[in-house]
Amino acid sequence: MSHISPKSTYYTIFGILMGLTALTVFAAFHHLGVFNFSVALGIAITKATLVILFFMHAKYSSRLTKLFVGMSFFFLMILFTLTMTDYLSRGLKTYPGGAAGAGYAPPRAKSAAHEAAGEEPREGEAAH
Amino acid sequence: MSDAAAIPADAHAHGHHPDLQHHFDSLEQQHEAATLGMWLFLVTEVLFFGGLFMAYLLYRVWYPEAWAAGSEELSIRLGGFNTVVLIGSSLTMAMAVRSAQTGYRRATVGWLLGTMALGLTFLVVKFFEYKDKFTHHHVPGYDFHIEGAHAGLAGPMEIFFSLYFTMTGLHALHMIIGFGIMSVITWMAYRGRFSTQWSTPVEMSGLYWHFVDIVWIFLFPLLYLVDRTGQ
Repeated sequence: MSHISPKSTYYTIFGILMGLTALTVFAAFHHLGVFNFSVALGIAITKATLVILFFMHAKYSSRLTKLFVGMSFFFLMILFTLTMTDYLSRGLKTYPGGAAGAGYAPPRAKSAAHEAAGEEPREGEAAH
Repeated sequence: MSDAAAIPADAHAHGHHPDLQHHFDSLEQQHEAATLGMWLFLVTEVLFFGGLFMAYLLYRVWYPEAWAAGSEELSIRLGGFNTVVLIGSSLTMAMAVRSAQTGYRRATVGWLLGTMALGLTFLVVKFFEYKDKFTHHHVPGYDFHIEGAHAGLAGPMEIFFSLYFTMTGLHALHMIIGFGIMSVITWMAYRGRFSTQWSTPVEMSGLYWHFVDIVWIFLFPLLYLVDRTGQ
């Protein structure tokens, strides 16, 4: 019935997971610019995939179960993509030469301004 | 049932496995249904934590300086130790499932107890991390303040710590629930409830435990390792 993996598979996967944990800490202390976040996320996704495939036996599961596993991450991507598309485009001009969306600039810009003026950045957030 | 005559007068007269429920044709089918149902539950869990990761992503894009400053306040030593502990507990859990599948009762109990011990270690370390945050006034809504160079980032840093406590807190709650599940499963294993034919509860608890491990696999780099180069 259910798949039985050899012990060596589990020990190997554990070893790789430990190696990747060390790698992600190592990479965090090296200046990679914008790639620091991508590298950290890439390593985490690799680790999660190994756990799902081997520890959770998804590799040996039925196609229907595999579909369910994939479905969760598919919907997660919809959540991230649509929300970020909305938020990150709110400051954009809606037509050539038009005004930028008033009041929709990321609070980051405001917080920097408040910081320069020595104020608490709280009012900037309250606008949202 | 296509053939009604095939149903015996006394449903328990035939020698089916005691753990096969009557609405399933076979143990294989029952196992497949359980696996699918468990994964469906985990899909809802992914989206449950997903909402928090979404909030994390947006605020990180908005306040990168506050995220770097907040992350610096967390201990990589303790977070890293807990990562090793939790991945270790996933290994012991996988071994417990394997022992149950292959019918080794004592080994199953042993690996399950090991998993529980590692889970408890994680929670104890987490307790001391939280305690440290209370001491340093880094708990949002509880006399929160930031001193020194990052004082100007106190507002967005409070958002960072709100997400830190919500995400690690809900993760810890899942660990505590997992510990409870493991206690029941260990007792069942000790009583010899599982066999090579039927060890579904051990496998399903394993899926839950590995899922909680995966959440931490993301939380560790996202909370503890933000922009550590100090640019």
